[in-house]
Amino acid sequence: MDGPARTTETTPSLDRETIAQFGPHLAYAKDARLDSGVEPDKYVKTHCCFCGQQCGMQLKVKDNLVIGVEPWYEFPFNKGMMCPKGIKRYLQQAHPDRLLHAYEKDTASPGGFKTMAYDAAIRKTAGEIERIQATYGRDAFALLSGASLTTEKTYLMGKFAHMCLRTANIDYNGRLCMVSAGAGNKKAFGIDRAANPWDDILGADVILVSGANIAECAPITTNYVWQAREQGAKVIVVDPRITPIARTCDLFLPVKPGRDTALFNGILHLMIEHDWIDQQFIATHTVGFDAVAAEVREWTPQRTAEVTGIAVKSIEQAAEWWGTAKTSFLCHARGLEHHSHGVQNVLSAINVVLASGRIGRPNCGYATITGQGNGQGGREHGQKCDQLPGGRDLANPEHRGYVAGVWGMDPADLPQPGVDAYEIIRKIDRGEIKGLLSLCFNPVVSLPDNNFVRQALEKLEYYAVIDFFMSESARYATVVLPGSLQEEDEGTVTQTEGRVIRINKAVECPGEARPDWQIIQDIAKALGREQGLAFASPGEMFEELRLASKGGIADYSGISYERIEKNFGVFWPCPSEVPDGVAMPGPQGTPRLFEPGSWNPVAKGAGPFYFPDGKARLNVTAYVGPAEDVDEEFPIILTTGRVVSQFLSGNQTRRIGPLVDHCPEPRIEMHPRLATRLGITDGDWATAESRRGNCTLRASVVTTIRPDTVFIPYHWAGRKSANQLTISAQDPISKIPEYKVCAVRVRKADAPPAYADSLEPQQ
Amino acid sequence: MPVPDALEFFIDPGRCIGCQACIQACTECDTHKGQSMIQLDYVDRAHSTQTVPVVCLHCDSPTCAEVCPADAIKRTEDGIVHTARKPRCIACNNCVLACPFGVPKMQTEMNLMMKCDMCYDRTSVGLKPWCASACPSQALAFGTREEMARLRPHAKPVNTFQFGMQTIRTKVNIMVPRDSAVEIVDVTAAMHEPTIGHEMLDDVFEPGPDRGDA
Repeated sequence: MDGPARTTETTPSLDRETIAQFGPHLAYAKDARLDSGVEPDKYVKTHCCFCGQQCGMQLKVKDNLVIGVEPWYEFPFNKGMMCPKGIKRYLQQAHPDRLLHAYEKDTASPGGFKTMAYDAAIRKTAGEIERIQATYGRDAFALLSGASLTTEKTYLMGKFAHMCLRTANIDYNGRLCMVSAGAGNKKAFGIDRAANPWDDILGADVILVSGANIAECAPITTNYVWQAREQGAKVIVVDPRITPIARTCDLFLPVKPGRDTALFNGILHLMIEHDWIDQQFIATHTVGFDAVAAEVREWTPQRTAEVTGIAVKSIEQAAEWWGTAKTSFLCHARGLEHHSHGVQNVLSAINVVLASGRIGRPNCGYATITGQGNGQGGREHGQKCDQLPGGRDLANPEHRGYVAGVWGMDPADLPQPGVDAYEIIRKIDRGEIKGLLSLCFNPVVSLPDNNFVRQALEKLEYYAVIDFFMSESARYATVVLPGSLQEEDEGTVTQTEGRVIRINKAVECPGEARPDWQIIQDIAKALGREQGLAFASPGEMFEELRLASKGGIADYSGISYERIEKNFGVFWPCPSEVPDGVAMPGPQGTPRLFEPGSWNPVAKGAGPFYFPDGKARLNVTAYVGPAEDVDEEFPIILTTGRVVSQFLSGNQTRRIGPLVDHCPEPRIEMHPRLATRLGITDGDWATAESRRGNCTLRASVVTTIRPDTVFIPYHWAGRKSANQLTISAQDPISKIPEYKVCAVRVRKADAPPAYADSLEPQQ
Repeated sequence: MPVPDALEFFIDPGRCIGCQACIQACTECDTHKGQSMIQLDYVDRAHSTQTVPVVCLHCDSPTCAEVCPADAIKRTEDGIVHTARKPRCIACNNCVLACPFGVPKMQTEMNLMMKCDMCYDRTSVGLKPWCASACPSQALAFGTREEMARLRPHAKPVNTFQFGMQTIRTKVNIMVPRDSAVEIVDVTAAMHEPTIGHEMLDDVFEPGPDRGDA
């Protein structure tokens, strides 16, 4: 294909008007937020909404305004520490861009929307759901939900889809985040949760960090890693970039993007060759070792080096350190998982953990680092397309029967599993889905190949968006309903360690805005299908969630709000009942999984892992390259990721002045050897093009990235969006998109982009 | 209440991840709300992500106070050097020019020199300063010497700096490798030392005979 398709150089003029009307504009502290003489009415102990660590913090509240933040030193995970996003998150509340009314699309109005009475917006949405489902079938109306919601809301969204709308098509934005880790964990361990509390990092001899930009994406975890190193741990980092956590690591493995399975196969090859494996653990607690050993036999250091671009001596050093360690912790994040073979990557990493036998013990651990503000809880209780509460499966008759019983409905009326978030967009494009409601999802920025996404959204007959700001996706909506910020509602979230924690309400929703769960219930009521969707509070939802999750793998039945508050959180699984002779979890629940002798509802005492025989699975991980490799036409690898001052699609953080000032706009990061070849110097405008789109940004020329790879952070919208370039290839199992590898060409831009003069950096 | 003697401030640039949590936290300080008194810079971003945070070092004999013609800058007995007192400060900029660490900032709109006072509103009531509370990597840390010795067995605190002929002792410590002979950080000498490490970084991505990338 010659050049990019479907891209115009300027955004539609309506978009400019919408930006003028609804932002993103920048908020800075002023008035009561700047006046040190103002005494807060209250300090609300709660947690950060930006990232999966969900650090404890106290919000300072005066007259229904969050005026600032105060460290919560007692909360054990972060002990008062906060990253810049946490410190400035209060500026999203009472923001000038905050939606105070419902809106409906009206091209004659400024910004393309006019206000609408809340009740009318609810009635219209219910009417359109009714019409679309009656005309095209129930599955023609889809829901997109999010993992930055409280767990109560995610539970409600699943119930709304499966019981009220009875549509198969609900999925969530964790599809872009946690699903490869989740699927890998389920295949290997039978359970999808970090296996260890973070304190186990502190006692590890070797810490292997794979595809996790810890310092920028999980900043507080930095202190755990470096505290371990103070005590003698060796830190190995696998990344195509020398990120801040890699800067001082003991061994850096500069993997070529998309080649991680090859690396872990190569490490396991050496572990087996040198007998750096725990044969007794493998024999007693695992299944599948021989087949995996046969697979990795061909992964000699030489071949591994050829595929991964990592020197033989570094691969040997990593294998030796990992292989001979007494204690260890392996963690990974999206760098390993955002691939069309993300599940294979995860399984190959788990193989080296299982072969070492170092899991289920103090200081011997494994975890994926959760990305979103409820990335763990948001993936457990039924808003995934194939899932029911408690981590149950929508395709499993026994699970359907149990949940239908809790909900008071016929299991036969539950839909069958639907499709993933990106396939929902494809179905919209094909005309199979005609109506959509989204909450906590900004697909126009966050999904790959977003020129296609925009084109699809324009085909919808009806699109309702619940949001607190006019996100870039909301601009495509027929109706926008004003939802709630995290600080305007209460509930629970589950942070990266699997610790269920309390979100406390700090302020009331402004104007006509409502807690999201009330909006959903109002729609159900307007549909005349409010049965099971008439909760009076998040607390009532949580009580039902306890029951709905009971006996499942993600068992919350023993957790209560009171127990959470008393113990600084409770780690699931936390059953309310266990068989005779089995010890109940302690007050903090189950901080560490897979401990010897532990009981779970699948193995029923046969062993510590969540399979009927109690054994973990080693999975054969054949190396498969990325979906789109470089070629003559597109010779450079593009990889994408985050910066520390922004969160996800930036719908919140691109409105917070001090965070935008830290990193105002995305840049194309490239090595000087590549830059010289392209005739680009630091600060030049450069254009990156893929087969799907192009993007002109300033270049950042640094030696901290592989010379065959460029990096663009993905938090920005419109013509600054990295996802104009990315590929919608997905993992066949997890359906995660391949954000971390696609092929591009880069050239010095002929002129500054059209947006440079007319848009502010965050817009 | 004075800041307790046992509690000290430690800067460990080796741990800095450049996240700017300290800068954002500093703007939340009740003694200068909305203004950051912290300097955080990349050393050489073209070649490294290394950043260095600088708070006021709180000198025993503060140069800023010594050069102040209006006697506006006070050091309390607990060793904290405070922002210029508003009625006295004549906004002459002497302190800004003289401070060897580049700490004081002239707020022209307020005609006032402002600087880090180690969050006196917090530290004087037993709380940690904002920056050291928030710092996710604890490059900025606040606690006792014993705590630091236990948490950082490979580092030691140094609080003497050499700038040409001037020797400065400070309340704030900087962490250096424990096994190094360094007792005094000679700042001006270091400015003339060649940078090291770039060759090593380049080598990380150098195509070698034993790997497949080009």
